Amino acid sequence: MKPDSVIIELSPEFSVGAKQALQNTQLRRNMGKATQTIRAKRATVVGELPNWESLRDAGERIKAETMAHLDVYIERLEKNIQAAGGTVHWASTAAQANEIVTKLIQATKSKHIIKVKSLTTDEIRLNEALEAAGITPIETDLAELIIQLAHEKSSHILVPAIHKNRSEIRELFQKAMHLPDLTDEPKELAAAARTFLREKFMTVKVATSGANFAIAETGSVCVVESEGNGRMCLTLPDVLITVMGIEKILPRWEDLGVFMQLLPRSSTGERMNPYTSIWTGVHPGDGPQEFHIVLLDNGRTQVLGDSVGRQTLHCIRCSACINICPVYERTGGHAYGSVYPGPIGAILTPQLVGTEHAASLPYASSLCGACYDVCPVKINIPEVLVHLRGRVVREKHSHVSGWLDPESIGMSGLGQVFGNRMAYEGAQTMGKLAQWLFVHDGYIENGPGPLGAWTAMRDLQAIPDQTFRQWWRERNEHDDHA
Amino acid sequence: MTIALFITCFNDTLFPNTGKAVVTILERLGHQVAFPEEQTCCGQMHFNTGYQSEALPLIKRFVRVFSEYECIVSPSASCVGMVRDMYQYAAEVAKDKGLAAEVKALAPRVYELSELLVNKLGLVDVGAYYPHRVTYHPTCHSIRGIRVGDAPEQLLRAVRGIDYVPLPAAEECCGFGGTFAIKNADTSMAMLSDKMRNITGTRAEVCVAADNSCLMHIGGALHRQRTGVKIAHLAEVLASGEQA
Repeated sequence: MKPDSVIIELSPEFSVGAKQALQNTQLRRNMGKATQTIRAKRATVVGELPNWESLRDAGERIKAETMAHLDVYIERLEKNIQAAGGTVHWASTAAQANEIVTKLIQATKSKHIIKVKSLTTDEIRLNEALEAAGITPIETDLAELIIQLAHEKSSHILVPAIHKNRSEIRELFQKAMHLPDLTDEPKELAAAARTFLREKFMTVKVATSGANFAIAETGSVCVVESEGNGRMCLTLPDVLITVMGIEKILPRWEDLGVFMQLLPRSSTGERMNPYTSIWTGVHPGDGPQEFHIVLLDNGRTQVLGDSVGRQTLHCIRCSACINICPVYERTGGHAYGSVYPGPIGAILTPQLVGTEHAASLPYASSLCGACYDVCPVKINIPEVLVHLRGRVVREKHSHVSGWLDPESIGMSGLGQVFGNRMAYEGAQTMGKLAQWLFVHDGYIENGPGPLGAWTAMRDLQAIPDQTFRQWWRERNEHDDHA
Repeated sequence: MTIALFITCFNDTLFPNTGKAVVTILERLGHQVAFPEEQTCCGQMHFNTGYQSEALPLIKRFVRVFSEYECIVSPSASCVGMVRDMYQYAAEVAKDKGLAAEVKALAPRVYELSELLVNKLGLVDVGAYYPHRVTYHPTCHSIRGIRVGDAPEQLLRAVRGIDYVPLPAAEECCGFGGTFAIKNADTSMAMLSDKMRNITGTRAEVCVAADNSCLMHIGGALHRQRTGVKIAHLAEVLASGEQA
């Protein structure tokens, strides 16, 4: 798997990007405010449902069953979409998917397309591929539009412009839409975007979308959104092209009932989202007359083959884990260098592109477990993070040089020490002796080697004179003599 | 009852007073404490950093050392979580069915201190006296890992003389995360600075937790900034008495 198959900037390690982000005062303020607000909203609406835990169990069960029989459901979906008048395309890589979509648009002779917000098309970098072919993609989701006009990358899967505040958006719209008198009132900003987009909805005849769910049993595709701009794209154009990861399938129509309760509450903290569009093939005189769906693999079947990592594919992209994550809250999304940031990104990205291309991401977590608690389909993100860390180290140790880095030498040495009681007790004594150079008043304030990363910011308590086991032995000897 | 103490390498070396406190509490309650001296480390640091093959002998060692005991207690929610939640996974990864069976039998007998006191022994008042203003940080592995619930707070509230102040945003991680504190030191510290603001805002003299690893992190910054707030393990508060 090549790293360009998924949107990932082969930028520095997470810690480097994070360090830069942490220094951005505006970002820290915006992110802290936004994540805490949405967390509170989610907690309120989730708390209203006495059966929330059984809904999560049901979500997990349906997803696990789907993954276990994905081959069956995906063929059923294909058959039922075709029967309803849609066309099904298969893409095993991002490049294939982009080629299929580009050719479909070229066949319409349209030079523009309108887009429903879609992570999958971000993942395959569809916009870049279309622009290279002379086609202009227009993002219609407000936040995606902001990102597109600013020539930036999304920093959140649901709220791509979460790192921007309204003053920043005002300045952007003033320039891009030539509106010198625009204020930063949310109402005015929304009205400016609406005027800009309405003209596109009325004139552009081709749209692309992603999908939240596709029902194998009926061949129906579902998009869940807040603004109604997606609904415009899904109903007004003549041609609709949907790009969907194969893991988005649900077996039965009734399964949607579970996920329509889980998704809005987990993502926007709403009981129900404002717009849910579900379509089945094409209908004469109603909506797009040509419907294509591109079923995308792009590394997913590889993830499916790993019994621990597989649960990552259960994700319904709600972003509850991202909003609750104390790491993400402080660094924002760009530090992850991937279209999928936060806890889910830290496990999904390395699995899609290969851990060798994103080795720092499984470590971008304190394993605090808050993500697992809020996940509507109970993905055990800490478990998968630890699982992937194991893979990172195994890959590192597949080269002789990997054994020689300071961390490997230290871990291997400590492994030996802990493996033998005498060595362990000897090391305790050594530690006590070795620290004397650095200890002042019971603390190390400027430690050597890897301790420096600790003591740059916090003091380190010194090792006391007597270990617990020495005390225990002394006490027992004393008791024996008494 | 004889209760085996799993001190953890971290407490054995850096926080011996916590171990002494556990012994004091359990003996005060009329139990016998056993300390198997062959114990070293549960393997959590190796395992969680990805060094699974280095962790495996340590996991086997723990199982060998503690299998004979009916009840095992540890003053570390994090290490208890390793044994109860990750050992099974480690045995599966290693495809070691014998180990998996041994872990299955042993893991439910390993308790974190507040769990042992409140849930297994049914005690809330353990006869402690601690006349200080105290706030409590529920560590991630205690509330979201092994799910001790409010057992530690119940114990603290029953301490005589204590002035217990709840910690705002208590359930948020302090940023320690084992090797995370070194590998992502800047992010770790950004998390800790918010935790510190909440702790100092309570005007507590002492910040208490059920894990000395997190407390070492929090205490290291409280000391660096000369806040005048100290740290104490829950066991040390519960072991305090008027005679002490």
